[in-house]
Amino acid sequence: MKWAKENLFSSWPSTVATLLIALFAVKFVPPFFHWAIGNAVWSASGPEACRAVEGRGACWAFIAEKHRFILFGTYPYSEHWRPALASLLLIALWVLSSFRGMWHWWLSLVWLSGLGLIGVLMWGGVAGLPYVENERWGGLILTLILASFGAALAFPVAILLALGRRSRLPAVRAFCVAYIELIRGVPLISVLFMASVLLPLFLPAGVSIDKLLRAQIALAAFAAAYLAEVVRGGLQAVPQHQSDSAAALGMGYWRATSLIVLPQALRASIPPLVNTFIGLFKDTSLVLIIGLFDLLSTIKVSLQDAAWSGFGVEAYLFAAAVYFVFCYAMSWYSRSLEAGPAGGAGTKQARAERDRLFASP
Amino acid sequence: MKKSWLYQAALLAAAGLALWYFASNAAQNLDARRIASGFGFLRREAGFEIGETSFFSYGAADTYLRALAVGLANTFRVAALGVVLATLLGTLVGLARLAPNWLLARLAGGYVEVLRNVPLLVQLFFWYALISESLPAPAEALNPMPGVYLSNRGLYFPLPGDFPELAGFNFTGGVGLTPEFAALLIGLVTYTAAFIAEIVRAGILSVPRGQVEAAYSVGLARRGAMRYVVLPLALRLVVPPLTSQYLNLTKNSSLAVAIGYPDLVSIANTTMNQTGQAIEGIALIMAVYLTISLSISLLMNWYNRRVALRGVAG
Repeated sequence: MKWAKENLFSSWPSTVATLLIALFAVKFVPPFFHWAIGNAVWSASGPEACRAVEGRGACWAFIAEKHRFILFGTYPYSEHWRPALASLLLIALWVLSSFRGMWHWWLSLVWLSGLGLIGVLMWGGVAGLPYVENERWGGLILTLILASFGAALAFPVAILLALGRRSRLPAVRAFCVAYIELIRGVPLISVLFMASVLLPLFLPAGVSIDKLLRAQIALAAFAAAYLAEVVRGGLQAVPQHQSDSAAALGMGYWRATSLIVLPQALRASIPPLVNTFIGLFKDTSLVLIIGLFDLLSTIKVSLQDAAWSGFGVEAYLFAAAVYFVFCYAMSWYSRSLEAGPAGGAGTKQARAERDRLFASP
Repeated sequence: MKKSWLYQAALLAAAGLALWYFASNAAQNLDARRIASGFGFLRREAGFEIGETSFFSYGAADTYLRALAVGLANTFRVAALGVVLATLLGTLVGLARLAPNWLLARLAGGYVEVLRNVPLLVQLFFWYALISESLPAPAEALNPMPGVYLSNRGLYFPLPGDFPELAGFNFTGGVGLTPEFAALLIGLVTYTAAFIAEIVRAGILSVPRGQVEAAYSVGLARRGAMRYVVLPLALRLVVPPLTSQYLNLTKNSSLAVAIGYPDLVSIANTTMNQTGQAIEGIALIMAVYLTISLSISLLMNWYNRRVALRGVAG
């Protein structure tokens, strides 16, 4: 009672707000639950049951009917366990890497072998697994692959770009600044168009790179510019005397950078790096526009089945829920790092810098 | 010192070589496909209709140049309206997050979390599906307020002295938003507002209590303290990230191509498909967005210099 008085009815504007919210809740929440749960069709042999309650109840049967295609795209039906296992493996790798205790050099070996195993699972062609060309990969695993490989490819490039932008060499600096500002100034879709339409033009006749790889390159090239700015923020947080001391010990630029400056800079920028990675994860959905079958794309294609058309609201709520689970988990993790005892980037200045730099497209 | 010049010369040489390699390949490939490079195609007849136009009149007999101008105008229309509405909604949500009312603050927090953690493209598809599937046909349009009609053919609002009326299969009069435009606008505004809310919240929290108390103690009233102390301090922190959100909104409006709103990217895409002039089309898209981005950042730098606190570090 006391709590309610303090938090809901402390002043008359607060009371009005509480009453208005209560009014809206009474008016809209029960109908929503009737639609989403009470009247919903959960499983059905055909769309007729859904048509019968159209407008009054949700058709989750659509998701149930199409879940194999949504999750695995056109991957051969009998082999669906392979992308399923690969997805779990990839998620496990991310979860493993989130623990502070795992941040050692050998983690990169774990990743390399993990990614190799995923490649074997997905392509097959060895150990009795039938070969599946990557044109047939789709669904959740494609989204996970695009995000993971995108980050893995973009990260080293981003570090070089960030170092280059702070370099004393004018040509190197100009090159890095031009790249970063160019990429950050244009929409991702134009970079994806460039990769899907222009890349084939720029290669000699007869040489072709497949669509998945082109999209992967575009996503990595795009993410690299944003990651570079985050890394630069981390580099700025390392005091000048650190590299001065390293130089005084007789270290050259590369030794000082890789052993002294970068470890501190990267540790400080992990939370904003995670935030940029969330942006990359969301951005993978844009590959739909250049015709790749990621999770969003398989959902959209499922809706084109004439028998099941018209359940877009349910389908996209499901898509939103899947993306939300992944992104929310990551943003929760990023916040827990900042709040943690050694959260180097938890300073106000670093946060402000992060907010300025982390501009999710 | 010598070594550094070697590095730079190597970088420039590599970049130049790559450029020359790509250009010569492109020239060969274009030759093989019999595509003439250059912007001459802009004067040719476009031959496609555009669903909605703003500022320019347009017909299928007009040139590609005019079609692209219509696309650019459509981009500006949705971006300008989006920026204004997203600022309003974002400020409200940001203030609500700091409200003493527990329910209101929680609601605003939930809004920010949900909207920020779902890809914009999913949200656009959702709004488009909601409008085109869940709203009734124009004859049974929802009429939540006098003069406001919501149907699967678009959202119609009244103007003073000009009310929408049902004529045939759709409404005429008032201000009408097509389903595509409405979905894009709602999606961009609600998504960007979530980011703006966080910026506004951080800006307000950044003003130390001591500053406000000091303002009161030198005799400023509440309004004066707001006007001369709190707002100038908060705005210094808020304006730069806010501008970057405006830029994001403008760049994100290019997702229009996925739901069929004829913005610049969507029309350039059609143009590229029809003429095969991919290099020119993409160069055009990039040039337009770069011009917008760079002019805004120049403006930002000028503003930052103008408002920079003198004699205070940071």
